[in-house]
Amino acid sequence: MIDTTTPPTAGPKTRGSGRRIYRPNTRHIPVLATLALLIVMYSVGVYNYDGFGDTQVILNVFVDNAFLLVVAVGMTFVILTGGIDLSVGAVIALTTTVAATLLAAGWPPGVVLPLVLLIGTVIGLGMGSIIHFFKVEPFIATLAGMFLARGLSLLINRNSIPITDDFWTRMAQMRFRFDQGVFISLNVVIALIVVLIAALVLAWTRFGRNVYAIGGNADSALLMGLPVGRTRIAVYTLSGFCASLGGVLYSFYTSSGYSLHGQGLELDAIAAVVIGGVLLTGGSGYVLGTLLGVLVLGLIQTIITFQGDLNSWWTRIVVGILLFAFIVLQRLVTRKAR
Amino acid sequence: MVLQMTGIKKVFPGVVALDGVDFRLAPGEIHALMGENGAGKSTLIKVLTGVYDIDGGEIELGGEKVRFTGPLQAQQAGISTVYQEVNLCPNLSVAENIYIGREPRRFGRIQWSEMRKRAKRSLARLDLDIDVSAQLDSFSLAIQQMVAIARAVDLQAKVLILDEPTSSLDKDEVDQLFAIMHRLKDQNTAILFVSHFLDQVYEIADRMTVLRNGKLIGEYRTADLPQMQLVSKMIGKELEALEKIEEQTREVPVRGEPLIRATNLGRTGAIAPFDLTIHAGEVVGLAGLLGSGRTELARLLFGADRPDSGELTIDGKPARLSSPRDAMTKGIAFSSENRRTEGIIGELTVRENIILAMQAERGWTRPIPRRRQDELVDRYVKALQIRPADPERLVRDLSGGNQQKVLLARWLITEPRLLIIDEPTRGIDVGAKAEIQRLVAQLADGGMAVLFVSAELEEVLRLSHKIEVLRDRRLVEELTNGDDVDADRIMQTIAGGVTP
Amino acid sequence: MTNLIRHRLFWPIAVLVVLLASNLVFSDNFFTITLQDGHLYGSLIDVLRRSAPLVLVALGMTLVIATGGIDLSVGSVMAISGALACLLIGDLSNPDSTTKVLLVVGAAIVLCLVFGLWNGFLVAVLGIQPIIATLILMVAGRGVAQLITGGQILNVHSSPYRVIGAGYFLSVPVSFLIAAAAVALTVALTRRTALGLLLESVGGSPTASRLAGIRARRITIMVYVFAAAFAGVAGLIYSSDVSSADSNAAGNLIELNAILAVVLGGTALTGGRFSIAGSVLGAVIITTLDITAVSVGVPVETTLLFKAVVVIILCLAQSATFRAKVFGRFAAKRTVTA
Repeated sequence: MIDTTTPPTAGPKTRGSGRRIYRPNTRHIPVLATLALLIVMYSVGVYNYDGFGDTQVILNVFVDNAFLLVVAVGMTFVILTGGIDLSVGAVIALTTTVAATLLAAGWPPGVVLPLVLLIGTVIGLGMGSIIHFFKVEPFIATLAGMFLARGLSLLINRNSIPITDDFWTRMAQMRFRFDQGVFISLNVVIALIVVLIAALVLAWTRFGRNVYAIGGNADSALLMGLPVGRTRIAVYTLSGFCASLGGVLYSFYTSSGYSLHGQGLELDAIAAVVIGGVLLTGGSGYVLGTLLGVLVLGLIQTIITFQGDLNSWWTRIVVGILLFAFIVLQRLVTRKAR
Repeated sequence: MVLQMTGIKKVFPGVVALDGVDFRLAPGEIHALMGENGAGKSTLIKVLTGVYDIDGGEIELGGEKVRFTGPLQAQQAGISTVYQEVNLCPNLSVAENIYIGREPRRFGRIQWSEMRKRAKRSLARLDLDIDVSAQLDSFSLAIQQMVAIARAVDLQAKVLILDEPTSSLDKDEVDQLFAIMHRLKDQNTAILFVSHFLDQVYEIADRMTVLRNGKLIGEYRTADLPQMQLVSKMIGKELEALEKIEEQTREVPVRGEPLIRATNLGRTGAIAPFDLTIHAGEVVGLAGLLGSGRTELARLLFGADRPDSGELTIDGKPARLSSPRDAMTKGIAFSSENRRTEGIIGELTVRENIILAMQAERGWTRPIPRRRQDELVDRYVKALQIRPADPERLVRDLSGGNQQKVLLARWLITEPRLLIIDEPTRGIDVGAKAEIQRLVAQLADGGMAVLFVSAELEEVLRLSHKIEVLRDRRLVEELTNGDDVDADRIMQTIAGGVTP
Repeated sequence: MTNLIRHRLFWPIAVLVVLLASNLVFSDNFFTITLQDGHLYGSLIDVLRRSAPLVLVALGMTLVIATGGIDLSVGSVMAISGALACLLIGDLSNPDSTTKVLLVVGAAIVLCLVFGLWNGFLVAVLGIQPIIATLILMVAGRGVAQLITGGQILNVHSSPYRVIGAGYFLSVPVSFLIAAAAVALTVALTRRTALGLLLESVGGSPTASRLAGIRARRITIMVYVFAAAFAGVAGLIYSSDVSSADSNAAGNLIELNAILAVVLGGTALTGGRFSIAGSVLGAVIITTLDITAVSVGVPVETTLLFKAVVVIILCLAQSATFRAKVFGRFAAKRTVTA
């Protein structure tokens, strides 16, 4: 009789043909690709256009996209868990509208600022709770959040409201100068601080690692005893907070509150995150990648501006093409890993 | 007793998964939980680990009544688990997978180097020396399973549950695992062990609890229960009863060119290469415990999975089946054992489910005229006595037996030459069972080849001309049904050649 | 009575009736239909006429959702089809030639078919999640539309073209007739052939469908092609109605409204059973809502709030967990007391 103690050896032996062999980390490939792309784009710009090499050109990319960066950081957390947040653009609109309205009514900025930040956070908390407790798809729950936030802001005021408050103006005009004509705005400093904190949280805290675990395999994460529900709710809350902070930066940037601000911004944020190499199915990616993704988007706009005869719609087309390229790249990378 | 479960009841919509099951576990023992797939082992484990809440009964852990609301609570109470499928996060590093949720921290900041050091040490105890900072999915399943074991062991739990931990391990790794289990046993850990490999169970377990159909069959000392008796307890036939099964050997059909011939056909990790022929009018029975590779074999013949070795010929001509659709055009039909997920489409009606395969074959542009649909459906609803006899009822509202009949009807109207039916009689009542068996015999008499997969030896014996016995994902023996073949004989092969 | 309430179209119809009834209160002549210059006029006719694009898009979306997918790119496809048609008509020597306009319309629809194929290819062949796959065209599509129109709003003066969106045939709005024809076509395709059954089967259980021999890949591609074609026609109606191509306004947010219409009509986002009648009703409800808002005198934007509430309620109603949590509590209490 055959020895039955041994399980079939054919199975595991051949299945594990790559066993005990270290494979280079495939998760870095998308980020490296983005970095390479950024360098190529910058070189092309410097080579083709006069004045493109000025430090301020690069800094302006930061200045013009600081709010997007903050929103994209929040989106990164959500996408890392395998979710999506469609409400961010609308939350920006709501934040700016509420801020402008209250400031115009004479409320002190010290009250308005925390209040508007709270609004986005609460909306995020609500969406996260619906997603977790009732197993509603993130797409639909945040779509409802988007309608809600946009509807509220339109209800408050349909027109653009200028912001003339002293504090707001001071914040908007604050500049950090390095040299003659070389500066960044307060928005950039705030955005970079947000990026830094986010990167630290993701890499060094339990919460951050839980975010990755949920994106890798939510069922496993649950069985491993991780607080899946709490983390998931926290992630949408965080995204809501980032969106309203982005809204505050946007109101600094434009000195206005308008219910149509931030239309389609959720797409830009998602695009930046994807181009930054974060896997849309979750579990892989870095905030640093998101930063690069935002820079790519910004640089595309800058190049198109410098080119002059190219029109703004090329931005969308190029972003679309890049999205396609990166999504296919992700497909290939994940397929190889299996 | 460190763990005492009494009268555990768990009900899922339509199924009683656990029905008043008692289970006890003493410190410093290795206790095997035995039963076929669907017997309730996994449910019992998930109850114990807090994945499912119970509908009745009590759990006492260390003398205290407990009720877990989630895996986290169970873990904190001292129960750690290695699940059947690797339940880790493939995107995280090995070290993280071992320590996530309890990472060493200082001022809230994870100490990565400390974590890697500990992970390294933890794996060294399993004789595993790998790069702990590499991503988990860059390693083979076997190593991933070892990592899962390392995690569970590292939790230093009172109760360690190992649910099929050995299915992806080779001999050496199993030995290492057993060495660790012995060490933990000496340290007074209570270990609950589940395995399909009976010899492993007999090698390591002190006691065993047998479940069948969600019910407790009994608790035995391993030494007191011979392997043969264990199998009969798992399958549910007392030895005497098995011997009494009336054999009704049926006439062997005229031989000639086989309808289908598999040569060295196999798929890594699913079923070892096998040879098999099936003739028209022949019923071939596949016997073996659940999880022995029966379903995997059937799926290869239907093109549901692709083989990675061997050949298949149909009518003597080489055939390559890369999808179920290919198999269907060759006249092969397959009714899956997973009725709910791979068979019926619950939100469609009985009529729609029955005509689905035929319609798929015709393509969407050539709908089956409604009158013909009604005719066909009516005929089969009557012939198979599908209840309720309302073709417009949603299939999900039917009982399991009737869903099975709907599935059979789906394939029968395509008039296949080879009908593969996987566990068609599981979980359905005796009357429906007999009807299905009669039907299979009729079909074969009418010239259809049938591959009949079942865990119930008596029905395999009653129906088959030829019986293929599988064990541990390998086709181990082919028996021509005759006077010398009885349930005992087959059971011996299934159990691994140990005679009682 | 209970049968009536449990009918899947009961709630959509009830909502529509309530909406229409509320118009009776607020505006006196809402239900008056008059015949002027051989054309039917009145608010109800307006509802029919203005529902047409959304009905078309919702039809395609219904089929996509039935397979368990989603198509975010419909708005962009609308913009592209309108842009191409207007561009080509602008180039015609005689924009009043019916044959040539028909050719142009044909060309626009063919282009949309290509975009549909693209979506289908990404989803069915490359295996990218539908949300992500169609996101690419959603982002890039508006850029393409702007590229076609050169970033301008292209105005056209072509009487045959104008007929599509603003004309009348036998006193009935042509756009309504087109939508009605599309509904009839879809019903015929799904219910007269076996397509509907196979779609529901694929959406209901992809694994079981494969094992039943259904070629899911082809069906999936086909569904995206349909969605794009209908979106293309919707784009033509929209641009014809305003006699111009506006790449930003055309089909803005229509993907979300269409998804909402489908969900309102009782088709679950998880795929499977679908109701064409339900989606059409859903689309009419949404349009009526917008028109009602105007006639009642509340800002159009409040409809967004209403939509948010509707989405949340619908999702919760469809969420098994929610039902279990809300109704299960009673059940649990009962067993405890018993």
